Amino acid sequence: MGALGLWLVLLIVFTGVFADLVAPYDPIAQDLKGRLADPSWQHWLGTDQLGRDTLSRVIKGTQIALGVAVSTTFVSMLLGLLLGLVAGYGPRWLDNSLMLLFDTVYSFPSIMLALAIVTVIGPSLGTVLLVIVIGTVPAYARLVRTSTLAVKEQEFIAAERAMGARPPRVLFRHILPNVIGPLLIIGSMDVPVVVTVEAGLSFLGLGVRAPAPSWGRILNEGYAFIRNSPWMVIAAGLPLAITTLGFTFLGEALRDAFDPKLRRRF
Amino acid sequence: MLTYTLQRLGLAVLICIIAMTVMFATVYLIPGDPATIALGPRATPAMKAALTARMGLDQPIVTQLGRFFGAALQGNLGYDVWSNRSVTRMVLEQLPFTLALTIAGLGWAVLLGVPLGCYSAIRRNSVIDRFTGVLSVAAIAMPSFVVAIYCLLLFAARLKWLPAAGAGEPGDVASQLRHLILPAFAIGLGWVGYLARLVRASMLEVIGENHVRTARAFGLPERWIVFRYALRLAVLPTVTLLGIAVGGLLSGAVFAEIVFNRPGIGRLVYDAANTRNYPVVMGTVLVTVMLFVLCTMIADLVVAWLDPRVRKSL
Repeated sequence: MGALGLWLVLLIVFTGVFADLVAPYDPIAQDLKGRLADPSWQHWLGTDQLGRDTLSRVIKGTQIALGVAVSTTFVSMLLGLLLGLVAGYGPRWLDNSLMLLFDTVYSFPSIMLALAIVTVIGPSLGTVLLVIVIGTVPAYARLVRTSTLAVKEQEFIAAERAMGARPPRVLFRHILPNVIGPLLIIGSMDVPVVVTVEAGLSFLGLGVRAPAPSWGRILNEGYAFIRNSPWMVIAAGLPLAITTLGFTFLGEALRDAFDPKLRRRF
Repeated sequence: MLTYTLQRLGLAVLICIIAMTVMFATVYLIPGDPATIALGPRATPAMKAALTARMGLDQPIVTQLGRFFGAALQGNLGYDVWSNRSVTRMVLEQLPFTLALTIAGLGWAVLLGVPLGCYSAIRRNSVIDRFTGVLSVAAIAMPSFVVAIYCLLLFAARLKWLPAAGAGEPGDVASQLRHLILPAFAIGLGWVGYLARLVRASMLEVIGENHVRTARAFGLPERWIVFRYALRLAVLPTVTLLGIAVGGLLSGAVFAEIVFNRPGIGRLVYDAANTRNYPVVMGTVLVTVMLFVLCTMIADLVVAWLDPRVRKSL
């Protein structure tokens, strides 16, 4: 399963990175005479309502999905790391207030939080990024906080502090290396979640703007023609499924290999 | 137990209050005033002034926040910007559809996921166990709206076995149930996987514990050990998960309602978000937050009540 996951992830990453070389056509070039075509030798996955090549759009969509996933996961992990360290090492009141704030974010069903934010600031790629970061930071921060609480009671930290090390040094030189491993594993397992959220918001028409070919957008456009021309929907759903499956299989394998203790997190 | 119940209730209320304040604040923190958000950039100053006066937006923020809380306590969540209908009434009209969908999705997930998990734990490494293992990861990873769209495509648009849109004729239970099958399948599928994995993992853990070994040493029948001693403890994390699942299912319901064109609060909040009708969005989101907080609280209390170890320590 882990090996299968790795191959799928490599396939997706390769497609995403070299999207412009792999795509047979320009993903936004229109051909109104040949619109909503079934798959053929010219267009392997058919064309959409404006005659754009679906395969090229799906390939370009890989780039968007991966770009969103990588950037938001990076920002979320960084923010979560800082907040978690502060909550775990800082004063009690700060810890309690941060935890209460995280509980509040958790109490929103994820799509409801997204819809509330979209209503206030309007749909755009930036909104999608913001929604994802707000939704995922609490999980990272909690994880880092728990590890920090455990590490800070250990003797080498007491020794370091007895020798006069200030909090920044203790935090970044001694606690950080102990909490970063689990954080990276959980981060890699969050990629499918993030990809799903982006596709979901774009499917609702609240994410990436046209004509950018996000998978969710293609699903949204294909949904209107699902009865007579199902190929757009089929073509955009499959890479989404492959990506989430690939990253999940790989993440599970990585987690079991590196950190058996995390096996209980579901 | 009473102290714990009160504490847990206090936390739930506190979270709801913070959620309300945060939502109230976001409308005011953003650049531009709420009247412009609601009416759009092309609204005339007169229209904005009318809306501002009608919704009390010209009062100081603290007064507005106080009025918002006061009204919410009386069950009034504000009024639709366009039709001036009561948000509370709109939500209450749509809520039964979403609740039916959520309960149906959760129901089939529990009925299938829990027995699968139990069986996999008891017959570890059997064919069914391995099969369940791979399938549950796949089910968890698949986005529920993709499942919904593929179901719509295959069973409704192509095979025409089941209806594609709506919630069925009012008063016709058979038709309503038929309309419920595909959306409930789509939103529940991932949770079958979650439940099967969680029940399996906690069963395996409990089976290794002392009291189960003691029961074995006494020669109790295996069936009795599994159902009376092991499952009772193994089900506890599942109850916690069920509380959390409600949040996930409510999210899934939004997509299912849109894909299958069903009425419900997901549809309501989605339509309102598209027209930036923020009182409706805020009110509906708030109701889902309260529902979710209520469910996780009930789950925590049920766990405390079921688990003799926790119950005695309270």
